[in-house]
Amino acid sequence: MVQSLIRALDGAHAVSEAMRQIDPDVVAAYPITPQTAVVQTFSEYVADGLVKTEFVAVESEHAAMSACVGAAAAGGRVMTATSANGLALMWEVLYIAASLRLPIVMTTVNRALSGPLNIHCDHSDSMGARDAGWIHIFAENGQEAYDNTLQAVRIAEHRDLLLPVMSMQDGFITGHGVDRVEVLPDEAARQFVGPFQPTFSILDIDQPLTIGAWDFYDYYFEHKRQQSDVISKALPIIEAVGEEYGELTGRRYGILDTFGMEDAEMAIVVLSSTAGTARSIIRRARAEGVKIGLVKPRVFRPFPDRHLVEALEKCRAVAVLDRSISFGAMEGAGPLFLELCSAFFAHKKCDTTIVDYIFGLGGRDVLPEHIEQAIQDLQQIVRTGKRGPLVRYLGLRE
Amino acid sequence: MPEKLLTWNKVRMGGMVTDPGSSVEYLTGSWRSTRPVQDMEQCTHCMLCWVYCPDASIIVENGRWTRFDYDHCKGCGICADVCPVNIKKPHPVTGQMGKVIQMVPEA
Repeated sequence: MVQSLIRALDGAHAVSEAMRQIDPDVVAAYPITPQTAVVQTFSEYVADGLVKTEFVAVESEHAAMSACVGAAAAGGRVMTATSANGLALMWEVLYIAASLRLPIVMTTVNRALSGPLNIHCDHSDSMGARDAGWIHIFAENGQEAYDNTLQAVRIAEHRDLLLPVMSMQDGFITGHGVDRVEVLPDEAARQFVGPFQPTFSILDIDQPLTIGAWDFYDYYFEHKRQQSDVISKALPIIEAVGEEYGELTGRRYGILDTFGMEDAEMAIVVLSSTAGTARSIIRRARAEGVKIGLVKPRVFRPFPDRHLVEALEKCRAVAVLDRSISFGAMEGAGPLFLELCSAFFAHKKCDTTIVDYIFGLGGRDVLPEHIEQAIQDLQQIVRTGKRGPLVRYLGLRE
Repeated sequence: MPEKLLTWNKVRMGGMVTDPGSSVEYLTGSWRSTRPVQDMEQCTHCMLCWVYCPDASIIVENGRWTRFDYDHCKGCGICADVCPVNIKKPHPVTGQMGKVIQMVPEA
C-alpha cells in the first residue's frame, strides 16, 4: 500500500490534480461553470510544462468532444470536462464516442440544464445523457472525485471495454467545496494508470482502417447489439479496478456504497454528495433504533440492477432520492427511481414499497430535515401499509 | 455481396472497417432503376463520364473506356448528363439521336 499525501482541494482541483498525474495526450475542452477550474487549472499545467498534453482550446463543447473523438481515434489518451448545457451541446458526439469505442474520460460536474438559466447542482445533465452508451460513475466528495478519475482511465481503457467514461461530481457542492483529499504520489498514480496502449489508430498507415463509416440497415442493428453487450459487461471490470485501487491506496471502491443495511427495514437510495447528508441523519436515526440504511450507487451506467436488488430486497420501504426529473415519466418521477422499480419488477421482488423524492433541483439545498421527512414517511408506509403519493418533493415550496 | 451476413457477435468492434477497398465487394448495381448504355463507335473517349462517375463505374483499359461496371453502377445518369458528344447516327441501343451515353429503363 502506498501512502497518500493529504491536500486541501476542491472537487474541481482534485480532478485537475489527477489529470496532471495522468498526463493525457490530448485535452480538448471549453469552459462552463462549475467545471471551469478543472480545465483552467490543467491548462496552467500545460503552459508551465508540467504535463506534455496537447491542449486544444476549442470554440464550443460540441467541438471539444469532436476533437476528443478525433484524438482518441488517432490513438491518444484523451480527457475533457464539462457540465450542464455544455454536455447537452455535445450530445450527438457522445453517442459517436461510445459507438466507436473510444476510451475518453470526461469529468461532468453536475449542473442543472437550462432553462431558465441555473448554474447550480442537479443531475439533469448527466441523466439526460444516460442512453448515449457512456459509463457513469458518481463521486460523493472530493476524495472520490480524485480516486474515480484515476480509475476511470483504467476502466475506459480496459481491453474488454474500450468505452468512454463520465465521472460525475456535484457542481459547487463538491466542485467548489474544499475537502481533505488524499492524493497519491505522482509515480504511484502514473503506475496505476499505466501507459495507454491503443488497440487501433487511424494514423497507423500500416493497418489502414475506416471508423464511423456508413452503416446500412443490414448491419447497424448488429453493431448496436454488440455495443450493448460490451457495456453490460462493465460492472465486474469496475469492481476489479476498484479492488486493485484499494490494494494500492487503502481506499477500496465497488459498485454500491452501503451503510446500515445489515438489519435495515427501510432504506434511502441516493447518488453523489447528498449521500453524505443522508448518511449522518441515518446514523442518528439508527442510534435511536430506527432500522434504516443507506444505499449509494457509485455506478449508474451500466445500471447495477442485481447489486441494488440484492442490497434492498429485504426492505419493506425504500425512498429513492432523484436530483432530476424525467419530464413526462409516470407521475413526474426521476431516472434513478424508474430504473430501480424496473429492476425490482424484473427480479420479481414485489414486497417492497418504493417511492420517489425529487430534490435539490437547481442547487436547492437539501437539509437534514428533508432526510428526516423521508425517514418519517418511510416509517409511516411501514406502519400503515399505505404507499401514499408515488412521487414527492423535498425542499419544494408546495 | 458478402455471402452470409454476420451475426452481432461476429461483427467488428464499433463497425470498424479494416480492409481497404472493401466497398468493391458491396454490389450496388441492384439499386438501379435505369441503366446507361453507350455507343462506342461514336464515342470520342474524352473521359468526362469517367471523371464525373461517382461510383467509379466507367471502366478504362489502355487509355480507352470499354464498359460500364454494372455491378456497381447505381444508374444516377450523371455520365449521360455530362457526355458532350452529339451522335451523328442513331444510338445502337435506343435508336434515338442525342448523346453517346443514354439512359434506358432497367429491365
